[in-house]
Amino acid sequence: MSLADDLTTPVEGDEDKTPYSERGPAPVDVVAGFGFWLFLLSDIVMFSAFFAAYAVLVDHTAGGPDGLKLFNRTYVLIETMCLLLSSFTCGLCSLAIERRDARGTYLWAAATVLLGATFLGLELSEFSRMIADGAGPTRSAFLSAFFTLVGTHGLHVTLGLLWFVSMMAQVATLGFRPIVVRRLLCLTLFWHALDIVWIGVFTIVYLGARW
Amino acid sequence: MQSLWKSGVLDPQGPVGAAQRLILFDATAIMLAIVIPVIVLTLAIAWWFRAGNARAQYRPDWEYSGPVELVVWSIPALVVMFLGGIAWVGSHRLDPSRPLASEAAPIDIQVVSLDWKWLFIYPEQGIASVNRLVVPTGTPLRFAITSAGVMNSFFVPQLGSQIYAMSGMATRLYLQADNPGQYQGISAQFSGEGFSDMRFIVEAVPPAQFATWLASTQGSGEKLDVATYGKLGRPGLVDKPMTFGSVAPGVFESAIRNAIQ
Amino acid sequence: MFGKLTWDAIPFNQPIPFATSLGVIAVIGAIVLLVLWKGWTRYLWDEWITSVDHKRLGVMYALLALVMLVRGFTDAMMMRSQLALAAGGAEGYLPPEHYNQIFSAHGTIMIFFVAMPFVIGLMNFAIPLQLGIRDVAFPVLNSVSFWLTASGVLLVNLSLFIGSFARTGWLVYPPLSELAYSPDVGVDYYLWALQISGVGTLLTGINFTTTILKLRAPGMGYGRMPVFCWTALASNLLIIAAFPILTATFAMLLLDRYLGFHFFTTDAGGHAMMYINLIWAWGHPEVYILVLPAFGVFSEVIATFSGKPLFGYRSMVAATMGICVLSFMVWLHHFFTMGAGADVNAFFGVMTMIIAVPTGVKVFNWLFTLYGGRVRFSSPLMWALGFMCTFVIGGMTGVLLSIPPADFVLHNSLFLVAHFHNVIIGGVLFGAFAGYVYWFPKAFGFTLDERLGKAAFWCWLVGFYLAFMPLYALGLMGATRRMQHYHETGWQPLMIVALAGALVILLGIVLTGLQLYVSIRTRAARIDRTGDPWNGRTLEWSIASPPPPWNFSTLPQVQGADAYWGMKQAGREAAAQEPEWQDIHLPRSTPVGVVLAFFATFAGFAMIWHIWWLAIVGIAGLTVTALAHAWRVDSEITVPARDIAEHERRRQRP
Repeated sequence: MSLADDLTTPVEGDEDKTPYSERGPAPVDVVAGFGFWLFLLSDIVMFSAFFAAYAVLVDHTAGGPDGLKLFNRTYVLIETMCLLLSSFTCGLCSLAIERRDARGTYLWAAATVLLGATFLGLELSEFSRMIADGAGPTRSAFLSAFFTLVGTHGLHVTLGLLWFVSMMAQVATLGFRPIVVRRLLCLTLFWHALDIVWIGVFTIVYLGARW
Repeated sequence: MQSLWKSGVLDPQGPVGAAQRLILFDATAIMLAIVIPVIVLTLAIAWWFRAGNARAQYRPDWEYSGPVELVVWSIPALVVMFLGGIAWVGSHRLDPSRPLASEAAPIDIQVVSLDWKWLFIYPEQGIASVNRLVVPTGTPLRFAITSAGVMNSFFVPQLGSQIYAMSGMATRLYLQADNPGQYQGISAQFSGEGFSDMRFIVEAVPPAQFATWLASTQGSGEKLDVATYGKLGRPGLVDKPMTFGSVAPGVFESAIRNAIQ
Repeated sequence: MFGKLTWDAIPFNQPIPFATSLGVIAVIGAIVLLVLWKGWTRYLWDEWITSVDHKRLGVMYALLALVMLVRGFTDAMMMRSQLALAAGGAEGYLPPEHYNQIFSAHGTIMIFFVAMPFVIGLMNFAIPLQLGIRDVAFPVLNSVSFWLTASGVLLVNLSLFIGSFARTGWLVYPPLSELAYSPDVGVDYYLWALQISGVGTLLTGINFTTTILKLRAPGMGYGRMPVFCWTALASNLLIIAAFPILTATFAMLLLDRYLGFHFFTTDAGGHAMMYINLIWAWGHPEVYILVLPAFGVFSEVIATFSGKPLFGYRSMVAATMGICVLSFMVWLHHFFTMGAGADVNAFFGVMTMIIAVPTGVKVFNWLFTLYGGRVRFSSPLMWALGFMCTFVIGGMTGVLLSIPPADFVLHNSLFLVAHFHNVIIGGVLFGAFAGYVYWFPKAFGFTLDERLGKAAFWCWLVGFYLAFMPLYALGLMGATRRMQHYHETGWQPLMIVALAGALVILLGIVLTGLQLYVSIRTRAARIDRTGDPWNGRTLEWSIASPPPPWNFSTLPQVQGADAYWGMKQAGREAAAQEPEWQDIHLPRSTPVGVVLAFFATFAGFAMIWHIWWLAIVGIAGLTVTALAHAWRVDSEITVPARDIAEHERRRQRP
């Protein structure tokens, strides 16, 4: 009996009449998932601070270029499609994990990583083009806020990619043991959360630019 | 001790400070009416119900009472509603940017906080001073306040409201001195090494005397232009107050536009 | 090679920091030698440093807080003595460049490294025991949290020996904290130390929220949770919602300082007031992160020592959660003087006052808990009563400050300083000490000396009034905060009274230390074999003191609020028949927390001094450690049923 089972021992007696809050410690899967949800919430709070900073500073261009001049909507749309598609492949990866299908897991994880990397590559090339044009983060408060907000999201994507790689190594070496499956669950949650944040970035930063 | 109070916010010399002192007294009195009984009751109840007191009735299961709960929520709620009214009305009436009711036309004064001194510009009179603010009594003073760098807070305790001096923007403040006298002014926001000496003196003088001072100052002494302003802006203290008999136009505006680096 | 770090960073020519540095190094060296000489290394490593047991971590947090209290208080003594001297033309003995570091360090240390660890330590120790479970949701993460906090502590204190600390006040307001005005490493020490410990705090918030919401003994519904758990829940929810804002805000300031961004600079469109808004969007909830658990401690203490259930439990819970929500809607009251306009100021002023309603309800409910009780004046209750009388005064001055026009003349004055010390000392610190004496016997199996404890309490109480009532008066006289000297010689007598108050508090701290020392020396006489020295009401008192590593040999079945009181009233029917003991699985100790903190400290130090290669080494170390931990398979140890049976049998016949 592991700690996990130990914690899930059901309450003796009539199960149905016991309110949820009185059924004793929740199973470890629930606990881990819940904890990770809280982490994601905290991460979104952090992003909201960056969003707020962006909203405050969007007009503080200090005579430099504004969003209208800098952003290419088509380009960003391709970026967005890559990321949304990666969420879909990530979902397929979850299904493969559910089936304990190692091949499917690798395949869909690889697809997710590939799409994520493409997104990242596009973003980095956009950044480098802007910096080359003299619109780097040190140009104005607006650009500081832009690079920080979008860059923090990009940093999350990078970490997500590294996490994917290490999780595939875990599946390969440790197999689908409960702790690995729990971590995979957290990883997929993380990836979807990045998508949600990106939707915010896309709407507020790119679509919100004064066209 | 008595004389000590006669320099702070409890000894106001103008309408703003006087109204604020009234609010302080009122709100304190209202709250003391609750706070003192609570302290007394806490000590009295704890002592009466001490374990050794056989006369006190032990009620080990008394943990809820609807009426008591109602009272318990009502008392603070009512006090806060009352005080909230004071706060709401007071905030509007004493909003720093609200003009003061007066027969006299307000006099404009531009304030720039520098490291670590105060520059006062009288735009209409075309003069300026450092660390010394001469004002006529009974006349509303309309301040526009900015900072050349770090944040400060412009504060004359005996006149009332303080307001931040912030780089890149101008804050508005109306004050008035009713009685002639010398009042201490300070920065109330920590701004670095010379902060403790970043003080100025407010000299409130009768309007006639103010006019004399203006006449004697205008055109005499140094001119405040870009060069002298730049010199003033260097971090450091000034030994004694300075005056400038003339002022190049737009010093204040340019201070807002480009803070000194 | 070493970035900005040169021999000039060591304060050879400044006698005070240099002598302090040598003294601290000598003390640490002596402790290390003692440990080596006595052969305690193995024990410390196995039982404490690598422990993931919430009780051990709780004790270490409290110890860290007590040590840092001494550091923070030393700063306070220097400030008070400086101000007692520096009147009229006198400059005192601390030049501004030193004095400004001292008040910045005092605030930073007292909030982040005394109040926070003390409160988190109490939560660590007490919550799983009160909930009737065997550990927190994520025990390893808990150890990581602690060690990251310790890493932050180390960095802040390192600034005393190498380089300097921030000279900007404890919240490092820009533009003063920007590179243009604070070019040296002081602000960087502040930022990196708090970023690292902030991650630890955030993980604590996640950990305890999960624990309280998902792991409770069977039968412990929300309506039966001890009030301390409720207040801790509110506090941890606030951590989750507020600390990420702090991280983001500090990240922006770091980008300004390191990469030339323009968030808060005076040029290129930077907006310093945004920092002030963001920092208080964290800062005001932070106040409640600290004080709510203290309220919880008082609720437990007052109920226990009155021999009654807490009066108005539901009201208390509602008030707690109300404060939790409201605390996010008041941040602007920290800068009414920004000139935001009457409507905005009035709104935030009224919102602030509304918080006084649930807080007032709490005070009344404590009052009615005492009413009809059989009150025992043990030292935890003394702290609670001292709190009730002191805190209402702090609350009153707080409401006063929340009236915008009143704040216009009191903002940033010594009146404000007196107010927040009134609520933080009278609320948080008294709560921490109440919790400390209350749970000490549970943690160590013997009680603390009552006489010395009460003497310490009286010193704190009297010292507090002596030290801070003069500051209220000085604030009204127009004295502002953070002055290094002042011109009005008339203020000096009050400043001297305040110094005297600080000396009385010093005596209180000495007595607290003495109490610990004497109690340890005389522990044989003060052993508590019952596990329930105070006639407690909650589950932690139902088990042995100190509790076994697994806390509860069988998970308790909770039948109502004040679970253990109910069990005692019903009589121990279990005594008749011994249950079937089962093996218990516990998380295995791991050095991952301390190793991560080790690398984080180096990475932080390297960033502060621009030693880029070392920063890369530190980050690589963090990554490798995390990965190595991820491949750990054997994460549990098993306590065999016979050990548990043995433990329980020994408890039955003490």
